Amino acid sequence: MNAARSNNPKDGIVKMSTHDVSVYYGDKLALKNVSLLVKNSEVLSLIGPSGCGKSTFLRCLNRMNDTILSCRVTGVVTLDGEDVYQPSMDIVNLRRRVGMVFQRPNPFPKSIYDNVAYGPRIHGMSRNRDELDGIVEQSLQSAGLWDEVSDRLTAPATDLSGGQQQRLCIARAIAPNPEVILMDEPCSALDPIATAHVENLIEKLRETYAIVIVTHNMQQAARVSQQTAFFHLGEMVECRKTSNLFTTPEDKRTQGYITGRYG
Amino acid sequence: MTNLIGLALIVLLSVGGLHVRARALPGITTGTLTAYGMALTVIPAALAAVAVYALDIPGFVIIALAAVGGAAALLSLPSTAALRKRIDRIAIVLLAACAGLAIIITLGIVLSLLFEALRFFSFVAPWDFFFGTVWDPRFSSSGDMTEVGQFGLLPLLWGTLYISVVALLLAVPIGLLCALYLAEYATYWQRATLKPALEVLAGIPTVVYGFFALVVVGPAISNAGDALLGIQASASNALAAGLVLGVMLIPFVSSLSDDMLVSVPRSMRDGALALGATRGEALSQVILPAAAPGIAAGILLAASRAVGETMIVVMAAGIVASIDLNPFASMTTITVKIVHQLTGDQVFNSPQSLVAFALGLTLFVMTLAMNVIALQVVRKHRRHRE
Amino acid sequence: MNSPSPPPAPAQTAITAAQTARIAQKRHARNTWLRRCGLAGILLSISLIVILFGAVLTIGLSAFWQTRILLELDLSIERIDPDQTGDAQIISKANYRAIVQEAIVEKAQQVTGALSRQDRRAIRALVSKIAPYLVRDQVLDNRALIGTRAALWLPANNDVDAWVKGKIRRDIEESRRPINALQARVIDDLMATGRLDRFFNTDFFTRAASSYPEVSGLASAMVGSLMMVLIVVALALPLGVAAAIYLEEFARPSRWVSLIEININNLAAVPSIVFGVLGLAVFINWFHLPRSTPIVGGLVLTLMTLPTIIIAARAALQAVPHSIRQAAFGLGASKVQTVFHHVLPVAIPGIITGLIIGITQAVGETAPLIMIGMAAFIPEASFDPLSPATALPVQVYMLAGLPGRGYTELAGATIILLLVLVLSLNSLAAFLRHRFQKRL
Repeated sequence: MNAARSNNPKDGIVKMSTHDVSVYYGDKLALKNVSLLVKNSEVLSLIGPSGCGKSTFLRCLNRMNDTILSCRVTGVVTLDGEDVYQPSMDIVNLRRRVGMVFQRPNPFPKSIYDNVAYGPRIHGMSRNRDELDGIVEQSLQSAGLWDEVSDRLTAPATDLSGGQQQRLCIARAIAPNPEVILMDEPCSALDPIATAHVENLIEKLRETYAIVIVTHNMQQAARVSQQTAFFHLGEMVECRKTSNLFTTPEDKRTQGYITGRYG
Repeated sequence: MTNLIGLALIVLLSVGGLHVRARALPGITTGTLTAYGMALTVIPAALAAVAVYALDIPGFVIIALAAVGGAAALLSLPSTAALRKRIDRIAIVLLAACAGLAIIITLGIVLSLLFEALRFFSFVAPWDFFFGTVWDPRFSSSGDMTEVGQFGLLPLLWGTLYISVVALLLAVPIGLLCALYLAEYATYWQRATLKPALEVLAGIPTVVYGFFALVVVGPAISNAGDALLGIQASASNALAAGLVLGVMLIPFVSSLSDDMLVSVPRSMRDGALALGATRGEALSQVILPAAAPGIAAGILLAASRAVGETMIVVMAAGIVASIDLNPFASMTTITVKIVHQLTGDQVFNSPQSLVAFALGLTLFVMTLAMNVIALQVVRKHRRHRE
Repeated sequence: MNSPSPPPAPAQTAITAAQTARIAQKRHARNTWLRRCGLAGILLSISLIVILFGAVLTIGLSAFWQTRILLELDLSIERIDPDQTGDAQIISKANYRAIVQEAIVEKAQQVTGALSRQDRRAIRALVSKIAPYLVRDQVLDNRALIGTRAALWLPANNDVDAWVKGKIRRDIEESRRPINALQARVIDDLMATGRLDRFFNTDFFTRAASSYPEVSGLASAMVGSLMMVLIVVALALPLGVAAAIYLEEFARPSRWVSLIEININNLAAVPSIVFGVLGLAVFINWFHLPRSTPIVGGLVLTLMTLPTIIIAARAALQAVPHSIRQAAFGLGASKVQTVFHHVLPVAIPGIITGLIIGITQAVGETAPLIMIGMAAFIPEASFDPLSPATALPVQVYMLAGLPGRGYTELAGATIILLLVLVLSLNSLAAFLRHRFQKRL
């Protein structure tokens, strides 16, 4: 933990946990007994070769896997100690509390304003137009996009550049005031400058949210995260402090991956 | 009366919608949402009022509009969890009901045809219907049930199949050649202009083809038969109906075959071309065999259309039910007789009218069988490909 | 090859370069031949389109013009309203037929001199039999005409119309043609003095079907078609879209759902006449809805177009990128919210394209409407869905079956209108599809 940031009493408290989570697609086991902790004010990055199950794991956390018919999840996932998969859990509220940013920017074909305002609207989070305006502005500012778009909020979101679109998607994800943000390779479709923007943004967002990020890029994991988990062939091989994992990997497979033997 | 019901429904739904909105969320009133809500509730209501009292638009249209508007208004609501869940459940049930309608329609077709056909078979034995070779229904004078003619299906079936075969003999080669050219030889621009041109043919209402057959092709063939072969041909003859039906089917065959040819994986064609095959060789030896099941299914679909086509044969084929090989003879089809038996001044409960339902059932079963087989072949073919 | 085997032996006989060239030439020739065959097929189809359109145009185009005769009518007070009551009842009962007949005979006698009784009858026949009613309507509309000698353009008889349009050959024997020498002489004179001319046939658009082809129009058929299209849109669009949404977005694969899907695909290929038989049996005989009415026609056409609309709407929903759904789910939108807020709006152009295709199908459909008794003579256009009506394609069928040159011409003209309508709808659909594809 970074000592300089420990002024928040909730820092380092476990926000989400998974215990022996396995995922099946039909009969195929895609993820085997993964147990991990997601803590407040920390970025957890998931790395590993493609097809290793890291995206699948990420999508377990806000039950996005429910949208895939053949998918079945076993094990326990908790949010603030509450089982996410219990029948009484309101999946919609869960996804409000656990926001998500996707691999490719996927703005709605609507205006910039409507994109950001959509979440607060459906969740009934504002009492009037002024409040909603406030939420939109704040979210765009947190996403570092406000200065670029404040004068054209009614323009179609699809007119923005790729990097701007992805930051818009981040603004959209934080607008409903989530507690955890999941990012599925958020920079893979972006150029280096836009990537730097988003990485700075992640660093800033960490103060307020617990963040889980899937990335292909080990340097990125090293730059933005405090904890790193290495996945391989559906297994979570090891999860440690980022600096330790990259310098002194315990497992042979991890070592092989970070030294570039496969991936 | 319906007007009043419609109006009441709209007012109720509008007020209800606004009320629910107000209760559910104390004042989420962003500009767009309000405008949306207005558009969905208030404007239809206003329009309806105008429609009812000024334009005299029928009430049932308004009821339909009201239902749509009301449903949309409910769905547009932002909502609390409990309310949202309830609305979601209602919405899904309504949607599923609409999807189930397809089954109800099919059931309606089958039951109505079957029910009336069974009444027909209480007058005429099924054997005499399905295997009878004479079609002579007579005319039922009102109330007189004793006069029962002969209702042999075979002459009608013969005419139907004869005309369909003539049509397919024209449509399949030409349609297939068009598809081959469009799929393999045409340049981008040729394809972009020729394909829509062929689709023009497909969009023409069948009554236009019927008119064409009646006024132009029929007399022309009859004259040609007179002049060239010395045959006394009637102006309404099987050849005219068949040829025009064939023209109607050309775009159908060509577009289905084209789809099948285009869907053959590029790698297959590239493989053949890379070996030094000409385009024609790749086409005839690799692509065509690969697409053959699909094309066969397309031809089957075209045949089912030919069998079920009504207007062309009603206007051009004639009404004499005869089993004849002569293409210049007047022939008749199942569809023609359905029209004739149900549009005269027949008593509805007479076998003369009811036979139309037995004919309809026969037609339905025939075309259904062809369609099911064709769709099955296409599906299997596609799965095989994947 | 698994087992080690000797390398393939070199070709037994060496093929000379000349031989390969010859073979290649043959193969290219075959290729060219196939290509030409394809092209011939295309050209044949295109020329068939041209012949079809050409035939319809030559037959029908002339019906857009109407021959009228300028007559000076004696509308004196004594003949119309001798007691000057101004009562519409009395005015409408005046003997307009005699007025019109006198006017044309008088005009003819200026050319030919005194005429025998039989010749006078031939001359009277030059003016349409419906002309007196038109005069009556004009007088009722404009009372100022009473007491004047008014010059009015009145429609000529259908045979005169055909004669003027050159549709009757002048060289055939007089007894076998509908216009005799005397009539021809009068017509020629009227034309020369500018009292007989061709006008754009407004009656064709504003009047309903009539037993006088010269003034028969398709107003009632157009209204009937419009009513049925409205019913189809009002019913098939919401039902079809709802069914598509359910199947595409909510249904989980089950036997029930695949049954529905098979049903829809098969319904799309059921012959249209079967839907007519269904309409007759169910809507008319079981539910006792009135025969020949737009409501029954609209219902039948709805059932017919429903599969088309469902299939098109499903394709449009399928084309909506998955990422949009994911984004909405990720924000905590419920499935219903996702579909109605995001997926459906994006799919709307595609759905509208499907709707237009469905409307085109409904507008051109004839057979099922004949089955429910819409092949009827409707003298008055009515917007009431419960009163008898007819439709454009049904009108074509009826007109084509009526004896007489005038009716065939009218059928051709109706077809021209129908084709313009259908083709513009088709182009609109194609345009929308193009735009839609570009945007996604």
